[in-house]
Amino acid sequence: MTEIFGFPVVVVLGQLVLGLVNGSFYAILSLGLAVIFGLMRVVNFAHGAFYALGAVTALLGLKLLGVNYWAALVLAPLVVGLLGILVERLLLRRLAGLDPLYGLLLTFGIALAIEGTLQQLFGSSGESYPVPEALRGALNLGFMILPRYRAWVIVASLAVCFGTWFVIERTRLGATLRAATENAPLLQAFGVNVPLLVALTYGGGVALAALAGVLAAPVILVNGTMGSSIVIVVFAVVVIGGMGSILGAIVSGLLLGLAEGLTKVVYPEASNIVVFVIMALVLVLRPAGLFGRE
Amino acid sequence: MTTEFLRVTNLHAFYGESHILHGVDFSVNRGEVVTLLGRNGAGRTTTLKALLGLVGSRSGSVMINGREAIGLPPHRIARLGVGYCPEERGIYASLSTEENLSLPPLVGSGGIAAEELYAMFPNLAERRATQGTRLSGGEQQMLAVARILRTGARLLLLDEISEGLAPVIVQALARTVRTLRERGYTIVMVEQNFRFAAPLADRFYVMERGRIVDGFPAAALPAKMGMLHEFLGV
Repeated sequence: MTEIFGFPVVVVLGQLVLGLVNGSFYAILSLGLAVIFGLMRVVNFAHGAFYALGAVTALLGLKLLGVNYWAALVLAPLVVGLLGILVERLLLRRLAGLDPLYGLLLTFGIALAIEGTLQQLFGSSGESYPVPEALRGALNLGFMILPRYRAWVIVASLAVCFGTWFVIERTRLGATLRAATENAPLLQAFGVNVPLLVALTYGGGVALAALAGVLAAPVILVNGTMGSSIVIVVFAVVVIGGMGSILGAIVSGLLLGLAEGLTKVVYPEASNIVVFVIMALVLVLRPAGLFGRE
Repeated sequence: MTTEFLRVTNLHAFYGESHILHGVDFSVNRGEVVTLLGRNGAGRTTTLKALLGLVGSRSGSVMINGREAIGLPPHRIARLGVGYCPEERGIYASLSTEENLSLPPLVGSGGIAAEELYAMFPNLAERRATQGTRLSGGEQQMLAVARILRTGARLLLLDEISEGLAPVIVQALARTVRTLRERGYTIVMVEQNFRFAAPLADRFYVMERGRIVDGFPAAALPAKMGMLHEFLGV
């Protein structure tokens, strides 16, 4: 049996693939946070709650209306995104121009309200979402047996991340978004409806969180607080990537998933904190983050 | 026949607690080039910003092409056919030259096509893919002017477009302003560079402490030189 530094290759590769699955969730979630922070300078503490809301919406859609997984993949982000637009229009907008701390406090409050409501309605034990028919079973990769669904998560996340990156960096809409991030008043003086753009961006960022929630639903227990632990890691990912950097969010999301996987092989006890150790190191050595501009 | 394109009446503007404009009154006819003269801090740049709603708050009346704009948000004002070239040029660093040029949405019909703009400003054509802020100062200024010509805006607000540029570029910009005037654009310029503005404008207004204190046509310029000398040191 071949080994790397005394660890069997199959174990290393297996953990790397599982790490990539986690990294896929980190990437989509931190991508949404980065888009929101870039334009609005709001640290969206409600991101984890919207992630949970995406999963719960998918579950409710299935149980009450018979909406299948594939439809939920589109509909749940849409519903949650609209809710996000409502939150921006009714609440967040009022804090524009104030100390960013207020936005942080408000979104933290929104997170507590959403998570508390979900817990009140559905209890805290959680429910599982069935894996869709087409993605049941497993793939034999030679070095590991990978459930088809987890392979799908990786592929879907990479597609979503690339799609979002492409829209922002390569399209006219993206150019407008980048301009708004840089100098919004001038953009508005050119005739762009910047308040609408801000609302849509928040809705879009939140919809990405909901999409991650739907993707996660079949592999975890769906409950109101499922986002509260992952969102802490995701904040660390955003800081490591560089606040507001799109590419940074994607790349560091995936890399940190891999780093966690690798740590599970080498020293499993540290796998929960490795992300934070890396964050501390990045903050010391490169305070603006790996992809940040300062 | 002269028709008013812009009429500003009793315009007050504030940044927070500071009261910058104290009742500005002036008008600009369709197809006219008007220059606001005055010392630094007289309120000329603030006047342009206040027209667009880019100040903290404002009151009075701003009629643009027959429509009251005082209560409108900036993006609605722009859509009345206004193009703005800010003093700091406002070229976006995260956008290429081409993206900067095509950024402002169309606000009217009859804008100048991108290809014609590249012909007017050949330097920009060579640097389409270059990041906006990597252009030279002169190129950035040309880009800042060019991008509002694409949109079909008929009223152009040009803030210090000749500032800090080499004489050869200032001459090119003067030719551009003349061309635009021939094409019937209505232009309000704020200029520190009197030699640049003097031969281009149809009329002048002089600002002092947030008010218009004098206004006269280009023909009256020689008679006004003494006053301007005193006011502006030109």
